[in-house]
Amino acid sequence: MGERLRVDLDAMFRKWAGTVSRVRKKKSGYVPNNRKGFWVMKQLALGILSAAALGVFATAASAGTLEDVKAKGFLQCGVNTGLAGFSAPNDKGDWTGLDVDFCRAVAAAVFGDGTKVKFTGLSAKDRFTALQSGEVDILSRNTTWTVNRDTALGLNFAGVTYYDGQGFMINAKKLPGVNSALQLSGAAVCVQAGTTTELNLADYFKANKMEYNPVVFEKFEEANAAYDAGRCDAYTTDQSGLYAVRLQMSAPDDHVVLPEIISKEPLGPSVRQGDDKWFDIVKWTYYALLNTEEAGVTQANVDEMKNSDNPDIKRLLGTEAETKIGTDLGLSNDWVVNIVKATGNYGEIFERNVGTGSPLKISRGINALWTKGGLQYGMPIR
Amino acid sequence: MIYDPRVRGIVFQIILVALLAAGIWWIVDNTIENLRRSNITTGFAFLRGRAGFDISDRLIEYSSDSSYGRALIVGVLNTAAVAAAGIVTATILGFLVGVGRLSNNWLIRKLATAYVELFRNIPPLLVILFWYQGVLALLPSVRDSVSLPLGSYLNNRGFYLPRFVWEPGSWLIFAGFVVGLALSWYLARRARMRQMATGQQFPVLLTSIALVVGLPLLGFLAAGMPVSVDFPQKGTFNLTGGMNVKPEFLSLYLALSFYTAAFIAEIVRAGIMGVPRGQTEAYSALGLRSNLGLRLVVIPQAMRIIIPPLTSQYLNLTKNSSLAVAIGYPDLYAIGGTILNQTGQAIEVVVIFMVVYLSISILTSLLMNWFNTKMALKER
Repeated sequence: MGERLRVDLDAMFRKWAGTVSRVRKKKSGYVPNNRKGFWVMKQLALGILSAAALGVFATAASAGTLEDVKAKGFLQCGVNTGLAGFSAPNDKGDWTGLDVDFCRAVAAAVFGDGTKVKFTGLSAKDRFTALQSGEVDILSRNTTWTVNRDTALGLNFAGVTYYDGQGFMINAKKLPGVNSALQLSGAAVCVQAGTTTELNLADYFKANKMEYNPVVFEKFEEANAAYDAGRCDAYTTDQSGLYAVRLQMSAPDDHVVLPEIISKEPLGPSVRQGDDKWFDIVKWTYYALLNTEEAGVTQANVDEMKNSDNPDIKRLLGTEAETKIGTDLGLSNDWVVNIVKATGNYGEIFERNVGTGSPLKISRGINALWTKGGLQYGMPIR
Repeated sequence: MIYDPRVRGIVFQIILVALLAAGIWWIVDNTIENLRRSNITTGFAFLRGRAGFDISDRLIEYSSDSSYGRALIVGVLNTAAVAAAGIVTATILGFLVGVGRLSNNWLIRKLATAYVELFRNIPPLLVILFWYQGVLALLPSVRDSVSLPLGSYLNNRGFYLPRFVWEPGSWLIFAGFVVGLALSWYLARRARMRQMATGQQFPVLLTSIALVVGLPLLGFLAAGMPVSVDFPQKGTFNLTGGMNVKPEFLSLYLALSFYTAAFIAEIVRAGIMGVPRGQTEAYSALGLRSNLGLRLVVIPQAMRIIIPPLTSQYLNLTKNSSLAVAIGYPDLYAIGGTILNQTGQAIEVVVIFMVVYLSISILTSLLMNWFNTKMALKER
């Protein structure tokens, strides 16, 4: 048991329960007296066999995540079950969205092929367990970076793919005259369970000495449906989410997003602690997306850019002689080219999924590059 | 010695148990070790931390400043509340439908049969969603609340009732109620003994009602009418004041009651049919009227058949209450899930789930077993 084992509690429990029930069944069965010795022997052999099976199972998954992913042949990515713009299946059944594209970028970095990724839809409640247990290799599910999650939950956040903040949405038709969240005293508010949203909501109403009535659902879809049915006066989640939810309402134009932003919600991908190599790959995939936007490398011009004389671009795209950046990460040297070919740079991903090219029409705002007054700042690749 | 099958058997049994214990120890140890390696916090210390989230349905004082432990207690009490209310309603409804299925009236018999076949064959989750989305969500909004008698309202936010406000001195009313109950019980005992001895009957029911209602009323008047009523009022968003039974609770409670009642009805029918026909003929021969015969002869014997499977149904109802998570009723499972997600301590929370559901179930079992022994055939 010396090496690092992956904690797959669920499978472990199933295995364990299987072993125990098999042994118990044997124990209670009727056995003729003269064959007791034989029966006991058989029982013993069974017990040893199961124990051996367990031992094999428990030591199987000991390699690093990168090796595991390469051996599997695809990346397993945890995403939201359906949040327009971030991760939702389209009418052809393909996953689309900003969080989804980030996973494609990581797959492209690892395999040189952005399609070698499988998606697991996760509720807010299941997401961390899924990552901790190794069910997914990366969690890219509009998850807020907090200190608690970084420490007690054993996660590592690789960056912030979307700077968000929590807001409120109301049905203006049913509640005329409400134009501020401070007027919501006494309201019933629909919210998703186990999110930072739920905590911020409690803090905001407490700080402003207002009463409210939380109606808490486990699933995003359930919360949406309840709000649409009029169970709640207001709906709260991250502002980007509010715009997405509004599109799904039966009468989207009746709903308005209130101006108050009550929290900081830096959303980003996360991985398990204790595997720095994998953490580096995810982190630098994110920076590669930002640096390519900054350098003006796009999905359309990446092949052309490979011939560039600009040393920055040459280094970024791995065309510099004797470059070791890619191999140091455990990837190939054209990893950045593969990423951009698969998904485009950060700006392209943003525009396609949530920006002006999408139904959500969210402006870049603080998600613009640092050179354009935003917060997105890619660490130098050199 | 080695060839003695008995000794050999024991030795092997001991080895097996030792192996099993070692296996379990190994799994637990391995889990703890791996959690430590993955840098995930373990232990139950998190229960003292500040919860930070609010819960709308609560039977005890709770705010976002309370601890996770208290939030869990709120959840346990909510589970217990819906289970207890569901058990009572399901039992009453189940007995009515079960007797209805044996009725001589064609319409009642067929209605009862239709009820059983309908609810028995739908998964409980669908019944819950039917009540939540199919019935309660379609009620009018707060502004167009349906006014019901006694100042209560019904809308898609639930059922609003006037609430009694107990002012100082109202303990006399409760005292009157308790004394009334005690006296009625004593009276019923005396009346039964007198009937056994002399055959004279006494109107126990009427006297008991007079005692249980009259004594609290006396207390109420004596203390100077210390009770006022808080009626629901229309506020900006919701009705304020009064008491609000939320649609989440209502739909879960109704669904569990209706669903389980279908099974209880069948158990009751089986119990009554399990009493030999000769018993019915015997009480008719003795000249007892049919409702009296049913009460004194058939039901007591049927109860012995009914109680054991009834216990299973009660346990099922309690466990099914965890389906509340689908409609957002904050039961133990929903609140525990939130805590699991906020703290990431999956194993600890799941252990708490198991311990609590096990305790509630065992408690129910013990109560029903005690009841069963009381009802069992006493050989005299």
